[in-house]
Amino acid sequence: MSEPVVEMPVDRKIDISQMKVSDEIAIQITGMNKWFGSFHVLRDIDMTVNRGERIVICGPSGSGKSTLIRCINRLEEHQAGQIIVDGTELTSDLKNIDKVRSEVGMVFQHFNLFPHLTILENCTLAPIWVRKTPKKEAEEIAMHFLEKVKIPEQALKYPGQLSGGQQQRVAIARSLCMRPRIMLFDEPTSALDPEMIKEVLDTMIQLAEEGMTMICVTHEMGFAQAVANRVIFMDQGQIVEQNRPTEFFKNPKSERTKLFLSQILGH
Amino acid sequence: MSNIEAHTVAYVRDTMLPEQTPPITEKGAVKWLRENLFSGWLNSVLTVLSLLVIWWALAAIGPWLLNTIWNAGSLRECREILDGTPGACFAVINDRWHQLLFGFYPSQHYWRPTLAFVLLLASLAPVLFTNLPRKLLYVSAAYPFVAYHLLWGGSIWLPVSAALGFVAGFVAFVFARRVNGLLAVFAAVLAPIFWWLFLAQPFNAGLSSVLPIGLEFVRSDRFGGFLISLVIGVTGISLSLPLGILLALGRQSDMVFVKSVCVIFIEFIRGVPLITLLFTASLLLNYFLPPGTSFDLILRVIIMVTLFAAAYMAEVIRGGLAALPRGQYEAADALGLDYWKAQRLIIMPQALKISIPGIVNTFIGLFKDTTLVVFIGLLDPIGLSNAIRADTDWNGIYWELFIFIGALFFLFCFGISRYSMYLERKLKTDHR
Repeated sequence: MSEPVVEMPVDRKIDISQMKVSDEIAIQITGMNKWFGSFHVLRDIDMTVNRGERIVICGPSGSGKSTLIRCINRLEEHQAGQIIVDGTELTSDLKNIDKVRSEVGMVFQHFNLFPHLTILENCTLAPIWVRKTPKKEAEEIAMHFLEKVKIPEQALKYPGQLSGGQQQRVAIARSLCMRPRIMLFDEPTSALDPEMIKEVLDTMIQLAEEGMTMICVTHEMGFAQAVANRVIFMDQGQIVEQNRPTEFFKNPKSERTKLFLSQILGH
Repeated sequence: MSNIEAHTVAYVRDTMLPEQTPPITEKGAVKWLRENLFSGWLNSVLTVLSLLVIWWALAAIGPWLLNTIWNAGSLRECREILDGTPGACFAVINDRWHQLLFGFYPSQHYWRPTLAFVLLLASLAPVLFTNLPRKLLYVSAAYPFVAYHLLWGGSIWLPVSAALGFVAGFVAFVFARRVNGLLAVFAAVLAPIFWWLFLAQPFNAGLSSVLPIGLEFVRSDRFGGFLISLVIGVTGISLSLPLGILLALGRQSDMVFVKSVCVIFIEFIRGVPLITLLFTASLLLNYFLPPGTSFDLILRVIIMVTLFAAAYMAEVIRGGLAALPRGQYEAADALGLDYWKAQRLIIMPQALKISIPGIVNTFIGLFKDTTLVVFIGLLDPIGLSNAIRADTDWNGIYWELFIFIGALFFLFCFGISRYSMYLERKLKTDHR
């Protein structure tokens, strides 16, 4: 097995992979199926995520991994099976959907910041309008998280003035301002230049250290090895294999996983 | 440093080169002239030709304009003063400007439309320029009722009772919101309707008999000139934008009934010429309304013009909505914003910004289309120019009247266009 794609800093205060995971269940997915028209994207997905768990989902493109995490906050609707997030079942009930969405943060591949609002306004919008936080307090929270992602000095700029890596860190801060209990990352580094990938991954590692429940679709295998306590490999809309990262990378069980790993790590 | 051969592999620059000023041909007027007027033989020829055309036009119109007669009682008098030399006779404007502006509005009441116009500017200011104090928006909200009373007059309690309907809606909304959001929407719609249908009439009649104050009533058929263009244009513009937004959202809705109503409405209105709708307003509408109801003609025209512009507006805004990346909707959803909040805070600000050129196009088109009301007998500026020419004093005068009318329309439309450019610059935050 060759070197990880991105090397992780060694001077971490906490060894994340040794961190304890609570027994409490954060997300429970049972027998979930989804179709796009007649195309069966997700087939019989069963998955349990405990509070504090950090899961990396990988797989070839078109394997349904993005669709899977988008089902968790109902950006996509599932047609069969059950998804329970934080004790709330996702059905067509709008109240439940809004409740889940305000508890679950999401970071997108293309950042999706609001270009007509400043960085600070991007961060305070949802707390003010969804959580009814007073403006001043929301701004304090926003500055706190902007400091955490290390760009407080950009607060009054517009997203278009920031680099890709900075925008993605703002996107993470924007989600954190809602104080979510679960964070979903949909290929957060895929649209970034190599130089900027590290700054975003560092922010994510910091989050993991604080015990955030994270589900992350990514091809950053170095990140998976350093942070995840479970790696899930998907192909053709199914979970093919899941294991602890050390086992997953050393002894992949299925042929499909071996092929995939040799392709992304073997060059 | 430059003498280092290209194949020398090991090379480290020890001093960075300083910035240098560009050569003289690369800046100032010389550069501008060369780049913009004489960049090649074809452009040079076109430049010379354009200058000739401009010269020719100015030489033809210039003397006529410069030799203007401002004081004369009739076209014949003008011609006598000019004595064969070419010259314009803007004396007609001097003589009849009040008609072109106010139509047959009683002259002792000219102050009323004038005040309404000044107040219009004042109430537009906080809407157009966001750096003015937000409290001024209350003035803007009160303006339609004030303007109605100033222009038409009658009992002051009519606009007051109409305005109270909106207040009733607001109060009902605030109280019902404590119980339930959906209930609040119903209350906000039903309370004003209930007020207008059952309580406004006795309120109005009662107060009018106790306190009969108000300005003298002016009938709609006395309205004319730019007064009528502005009344129809401004009302149409300010109502068609919100209506257009709702239609555009309706057309994108998942709800089949809402969607089909919006699609049918938009396609029907867009498929019919405005003049047909205006004739419907002036002639046919009376057949469809219950007997005995008489509906002010100007009001009918405003409704038709608004509906017409709203259909176009809806399509313009739909274009803006379509241009927004799906990620914006998803980010709004993922943050837990509900549909209306997402529309109001994320989607519409961006979609409207993209649609500004199209929206302004529709506004300007609407404003100029108000001249079509001449065909249903309303005396807009064009209609009045015919009326002025019907007078033997000014029989045969065309250019001067049309230049004046054109100049005034240009003033308004150019103003709208400049404002939209200012707005586009101000809202440009994407730094593309």
